[in-house]
Amino acid sequence: MSDGIGARVARKEDKRFITGKGKYTDDIRMENQAYAAFVRSPHAHARVTGIDASAAEAMDGVIAVLNGQELTGDGIGNIICGWAVTSKDGSPMNMGAWSALATEKVRYVGDAVAVVIAETQALARLAAEAVDVAYEELTGVAFADAALAAGAPQIHDNAPGNLIYDWEIGDQAATDAAIAGAAHVTELQVTNNRLSPNPMEPRSAVATFDESEDHYTLYTTSQNPHVARLVLSAFYQVAPEHKLRVIAPDVGGGFGCKIYIYPEEITCLWASMKTGRSVKWTSDRTEAFMTDAHGRDHISTAKMGFDASGKIVGFGVDTIANFGAYMSLFSSAVPTYLYATLLSGQYNIANIHCNVRGVYTNTVPVDAYRGAGRPEACYLIERMLETAAREMGMDPADLRRKNFIDSFPHETPVIMTYDAGDFAGNMDKAQAAADVAGFAARKAEAAGRGKLRGLGYSAYIEACGIAPSAAVGSLGAGVGLWESAEVRVNPVGTIEVLTGSHSHGQGHETTFAQIVADRFDLPIENIQIVHGDTDKVQFGMGTYGSRSGAVGMSAIVKAMDKVEAKVKKIAAHVLEAAEDDIVIEGGEVKVAGTDKAMGWHEVGLSAYTAHNLPDGMEPGLKEGAFYDPVNFTFPAGCYIAEVEVDPETGVTEIVQFTAADDFGNIINPMIVEGQVHGGVAQGIGQAMLEQVVYDHTGQLITGSYMDYAMPRADDVPSYTIEHNTTVCPNNPLGIKGCGEAGAIGAPPAVINAITDAIGTNDLQMPATSQAVWTAIQAAKTPMAAE
Amino acid sequence: MTDVTMVVNGKAVQRSIDDTTLLSEFLRENLRLTGTHVGCDTSQCGACVVHVNGRAIKSCTALAASLDGAEVTTIEGVANGKELHPMQRAFNVHHGLQCGFCTPGMIMAGIDMVNRYQASGQPLTEATIRHELEGNICRCTGYHNIVRAIEDAAQQMDGMSKAAE
Repeated sequence: MSDGIGARVARKEDKRFITGKGKYTDDIRMENQAYAAFVRSPHAHARVTGIDASAAEAMDGVIAVLNGQELTGDGIGNIICGWAVTSKDGSPMNMGAWSALATEKVRYVGDAVAVVIAETQALARLAAEAVDVAYEELTGVAFADAALAAGAPQIHDNAPGNLIYDWEIGDQAATDAAIAGAAHVTELQVTNNRLSPNPMEPRSAVATFDESEDHYTLYTTSQNPHVARLVLSAFYQVAPEHKLRVIAPDVGGGFGCKIYIYPEEITCLWASMKTGRSVKWTSDRTEAFMTDAHGRDHISTAKMGFDASGKIVGFGVDTIANFGAYMSLFSSAVPTYLYATLLSGQYNIANIHCNVRGVYTNTVPVDAYRGAGRPEACYLIERMLETAAREMGMDPADLRRKNFIDSFPHETPVIMTYDAGDFAGNMDKAQAAADVAGFAARKAEAAGRGKLRGLGYSAYIEACGIAPSAAVGSLGAGVGLWESAEVRVNPVGTIEVLTGSHSHGQGHETTFAQIVADRFDLPIENIQIVHGDTDKVQFGMGTYGSRSGAVGMSAIVKAMDKVEAKVKKIAAHVLEAAEDDIVIEGGEVKVAGTDKAMGWHEVGLSAYTAHNLPDGMEPGLKEGAFYDPVNFTFPAGCYIAEVEVDPETGVTEIVQFTAADDFGNIINPMIVEGQVHGGVAQGIGQAMLEQVVYDHTGQLITGSYMDYAMPRADDVPSYTIEHNTTVCPNNPLGIKGCGEAGAIGAPPAVINAITDAIGTNDLQMPATSQAVWTAIQAAKTPMAAE
Repeated sequence: MTDVTMVVNGKAVQRSIDDTTLLSEFLRENLRLTGTHVGCDTSQCGACVVHVNGRAIKSCTALAASLDGAEVTTIEGVANGKELHPMQRAFNVHHGLQCGFCTPGMIMAGIDMVNRYQASGQPLTEATIRHELEGNICRCTGYHNIVRAIEDAAQQMDGMSKAAE
């Protein structure tokens, strides 16, 4: 099977993209289509005291100007966070009301106040400018620590002191005692910089209300169209589920920020009902910076204690997480169950405690962005290990090896049970590929050119394949995190797979087809993957958290098990043989050891003609399955960055980047490597370039690509990728997931390398040339830093 | 309104358009050639790159009315019938795309880059490819495979131009 599991199959979906025939939401044009433009708050925090839309309404071609009073008056519900996290005192989280169009108060720059529906996009935008909103300005606050301080502006009435929750995990007393008795304690304060996900396709929605059927259709840029339909229906009361079709066609990247259901989709659906027109909205890039959920933005203080031999005895962490102005869909889980539960890293640590305070600020809502909590955990641990090694005069690789978990399953003190891994093996592979042995010579050679060369490690672990439904339910999740599949064998033997996963760049149309081609020994051309349309596909949970392989493909395997069983029954009946003797290979269904065989397509045809089926068997050959994982999966790896810094300018170049990942079994290595490349580039972006900047009052400074530094081709190197495989014991394909690893593992490797090069630890992300230069100068003249 | 005539992908087109219509809008909305994408508002991302009179430009930054008489090639026009352009093929073979949104601009920029370097006789190294891609942003691939695709396509395009001599 040349196109089966393990083959580097070129992607089936590429043809439409390389010929300009992809169909993204903004490419869709409905009959009778009008355009929406949003009137957005220029203030971070203000009361809305009046909206005068008369000038806009008088403009030729303006169809309607609608506001939040009308929206809530029509019964459209508030936007919710779907994961209930409970504070350590037992109180529920303080979720403030979020209306798709603000009614009384705006809480961040970009908060939508009204919407204009007009005949053209240009006219809609012009008319939005003409809507006169009267504001009473209030003091805003952008930073989480400032929002917690006494006297800070109060953002939501039901969240005193802007505190959403005060949550903890682990044993504080035991951890404090272990650190108090440690031979060495390393203390660290780190900021995990706020990022904007920036998929290249801006968000877009086209909503159509069909009055004759009382039915809505929404084309939208979603990673999870069924979840969107459920939430739009059950919580926002836009339409009952059976009267709402959500289609996520080709989607140009997601990285988390296309999981959530935003004010714009809700408003477009409602406006299409109000106006009797199809309503299209497409974000421009500035709107994307102002409205797409941001990621990260943690401030953490941590202590790690070591015994005299360098073994970690305790790890205590205090984190403040900036949530922005409202609680986005999964926001509560990111700095808790996706972050603090990973604070054991790859290390055997008996005592861990983490306290997390979630805080409202007058900024864009913050939610999951590629990695979601796990990059923040990894960055903290790996900066800690590196710093401790330097303080204790140990080799940073040796310190890690001394503390690696080396037997599985391993239960951490922060509720995770790692199922399999080979952390030392990952490091061996990375060190060999990066030629760590030759580093000293390279460093000396670079010094001769006036450059500072540094090497940095990161040994990351993450929890993917989210997640066992009962487990996440017990932790407050409002949904189950299983996945669904249906495998349809057609009468001619070709196969359609309907998957609840959604591909927005991950290559599912190829990878998923490979496991089917492999299982039934069929040409990959005969297999079609169908996704992204709630009218075509059964309910599915969608794609995020590196779950489509471990969970989505496991559902396909489960459905294929059922198909195979039926195929064997039919063939055994027709060929007059025992089921156990039937084998499927080479496009045939055969009796092993004989020349008796049917073509695969003949079995399909037999199932549908139903002329000669076993007694009592239903016609047809179509099987569905829901797969609920039994555990998280635990991809892990070792990354090594090597950098050269120009001490005169701070300009830093990554001269070598090596990734050795353990993703379990791999279906398509080409696609998996591509996921690592992209993830690492985003991680390098976080480490060296990217930062959403607000001033302290909540004015957004980085509103375009002129201000927000996206990684470009000459900011990143070519990457060296290695794989070290331990099979995941908990799913049928033995796979772990690969989508987020690069973004999780890369940032600490880069910062550890730069700080190694410049010889000072005092450097925060993003390590721009200016930041690096400043750190070098501060280290030279200690007084200047004070 | 202004009457504009262009040759787009080898076909003469004529439309009456608003003076403020950008070339990207003209292609996407007036001609419904939606392969040309718009990913930013500041001429930074390059998803909208097309060829005008044989040179790569950002179609989001050109007024269609100013291009009367121009010859325009978009992503829909680079293949020779059913035969893909070597740059298109190379992006597929080397996995130079994931979500596909930046891809049309990358391919159009890549073709232009190879043509310019081959015309000038300058070598197209990895470093020059990375530098030349300064105006095209990709969020998915980390650029590694885009660079491999352009390197490979450059060799094939070189072979083609030599064979034609």
